[in-house]
Amino acid sequence: MATPQSTVEGAAPRVPLFYDPRVRGIAYQVLVFAGLVALIYWIIGNTSANLQRANIASGFDFLQGRAGFDIGDSLVEYSSDSTYGRALFVGFLNTLRVAIIGILTATIIGFIIGIGRLSKNWLINRICLVYVEVFRNIPPLLVIFFWYFGVLSVLPSPRESIDLPLGSYLNSRGLYFPRFLWGEGAWLVLLGLVLGLVFAFFVRRWAHKRQMTTGEQFPVFWTSAGLIVGLPLLAFIVTGLPLSFEFPALSTFNLQGGIQVRPEFLALYLALSFYTAAFIAEIVRAGVLGVSHGQSEAAQALGLRSGQSMRLVIIPQALRIIIPPLTSQYLNLTKNSSLAVAIGYPDLVATGGTTLNQTGQAIEVVAIWLVVYLGLSLGTAALMNWYNARMALVER
Amino acid sequence: MKNFVKALLGSAAVAMFAVPASAATLDDVKAKGHVQCGVNTGLIGFSAPDDQGNWKGLDVDFCRAVAAAIFDDPEAVQFTPLSAKDRFTALQSGEVDVLSRNTTWTISRDTALGLNFAGVTYYDGQGFMINAKKLQGINSALQLSGAAVCVQAGTTTELNLADYFKANNMEYSPVVFEKFEEVNAAYDAGRCDVYTTDQSGLYAVRLNLTNPDDHIVLPEIISKEPLGPVVRHGDDQWLDIVKWVYYALVNAEELGVSQANLEEKMNSDNPEVRRLLGTEDGSKLGTDLGLTNDFAVRAIKHVGNYGEIFERNVGADSPLKISRGINALWTKGGLQYGMPIR
Ligand SMILES: N[C@@H](CCC(=O)N[C@@H](CS)C(=O)NCC(=O)O)C(=O)O
Repeated sequence: MATPQSTVEGAAPRVPLFYDPRVRGIAYQVLVFAGLVALIYWIIGNTSANLQRANIASGFDFLQGRAGFDIGDSLVEYSSDSTYGRALFVGFLNTLRVAIIGILTATIIGFIIGIGRLSKNWLINRICLVYVEVFRNIPPLLVIFFWYFGVLSVLPSPRESIDLPLGSYLNSRGLYFPRFLWGEGAWLVLLGLVLGLVFAFFVRRWAHKRQMTTGEQFPVFWTSAGLIVGLPLLAFIVTGLPLSFEFPALSTFNLQGGIQVRPEFLALYLALSFYTAAFIAEIVRAGVLGVSHGQSEAAQALGLRSGQSMRLVIIPQALRIIIPPLTSQYLNLTKNSSLAVAIGYPDLVATGGTTLNQTGQAIEVVAIWLVVYLGLSLGTAALMNWYNARMALVER
Repeated sequence: MKNFVKALLGSAAVAMFAVPASAATLDDVKAKGHVQCGVNTGLIGFSAPDDQGNWKGLDVDFCRAVAAAIFDDPEAVQFTPLSAKDRFTALQSGEVDVLSRNTTWTISRDTALGLNFAGVTYYDGQGFMINAKKLQGINSALQLSGAAVCVQAGTTTELNLADYFKANNMEYSPVVFEKFEEVNAAYDAGRCDVYTTDQSGLYAVRLNLTNPDDHIVLPEIISKEPLGPVVRHGDDQWLDIVKWVYYALVNAEELGVSQANLEEKMNSDNPEVRRLLGTEDGSKLGTDLGLTNDFAVRAIKHVGNYGEIFERNVGADSPLKISRGINALWTKGGLQYGMPIR
């Protein structure tokens, strides 16, 4: 065994270092890397020299300056006296808000439509097909404009608001809900909710274990629902109903009071959700079709009903196919949310754009945009990869 | 996304190609054969394309005057329509040679943004417009507390608005769009109660609303908006050219030199007129500027003097019918004052 090896080694002529493929490979990489560093260095140097020559301000100090402009929709305290940094943060939160709620909604609609596409019911099947084809083939900006200008122009003015149930209103300024005003002792209700969730979690674990060992089933869903709703309700009654409402009411121009959801947010949220749902539906369909037919036959042979076989056998396996492309749809939705600027929803691109324009610090603002969107995308991807890995591990 | 990419490219351009900013713009312009002029995307009276696609307006005519002064041809100019937000990046990166787009002269634009204002072609101020039919009984801006206000992003308008409501302890809900058409469409659709911008802009916007007669401009003027042409820092000669074309147009009006009587004035013995028109013997005024001595003649011949430009585009001869007001010559109680040509 050892003999032929040593022969080969001995016979190998001493190649000059230059012709050694490994050394060459490393050398090329070092060269490319050095070139890249030099290029970046040159760009930075050139940029700052040019900025200086043109007398354009640079650096990140502007973030501390007074913004001077107002933002219509903010999740945190903000006024024109706040800083540019704060304005960007407000925009960032708005981006996050529409992305997260949009992703949740798009996933739900996407799953429903995707499964509907596989339905044997002709009508359901066709409706889902039309949905997918329509939304997948229209540019997202048009979908946004449709929801904004299309729907906005048919909504009435605040004085002729449409009355919705529970003291809510709809008009061209948005959707208005009553605001909950919690009174004394309301924290007990919250405590009840938390306790309900914790108990439900343990019940589920216990029931699962019991089913594994004894095969007996336990009505987990109804028990959990009872706990999660019942405990807070009990606390609510015991503390003497500590809740009042602030209803939106008409003032000179608009409805005042209550919670207002602005049409810019609604339009963007609905458009992004409906648009992305069409793609998710196709991914879900492909995922389900990708699970071999034998699996559903086997599930049937075990006596599972069709809903059960979908939930317990098909979907868990389909998820492994679905998750990776689903991740890129989530990233798309997040990035498409920057179309907000077209309809005046103050997202990061909008507030950043105004900041850029008022301070003239294009490079800095663009750098912030890049870093934030990159961070959001990498974060989403990491989360989804983690989920994917978890799903994959279920394999036994 | 598109805007994002645009801003990205714009700043990349600033990053790498800002070199021409320090080069001689006049030489570049002569080499290209035209002036690249940044204008509004469509503000009647200032810069808007007409039915045939020809650009018309006060800001447009100013660019034509600059082109005429250089090339003796008012058509030697190309227009780049720019939104409020994109305009400064376009100028800084060298995409346009001059920005003539109802832009307010402020200290930060003059300094931190690396720009130079060449003069004030229109003195304006910010106002408010409301739908008087829907909002009866409102006749002052001080009654606007609680209103939703439509405004365009990246303007001084946005900032003055915040200041004004704060100073008067009033609340409002800003609805901010990046594109002009979007502000107009949203206001027309009833998304806001109030439209605010430069007062001249309000009159122009009103013309394009579904029912212009329903809308009124409130009397309050809440700011100073001196609008004028802008160039980049770092090229004094080009700044001088743009500046003195403007002063030449004002001086022409002061001296009574117009498109109509130009021929006759060429033989005038008034020394001031002779200096303006470059007919004085041995005059070097135009050549020192880097142009020809008859640069003012060329500009006046093709676009007329300041007063003619004003009346044609925003004044009595236009749909806007704005009176000269503070834009009258200083000799008539206004602010337009041509620095001496000598
Ligand atoms: N003078 C102000 C405002 C100028 C401005 O952009 N006004 C708007 C509203 S009238 C406009 O002209 N928009 C047209 C466009 O974006 O093309 C400034 O310089 O910031």
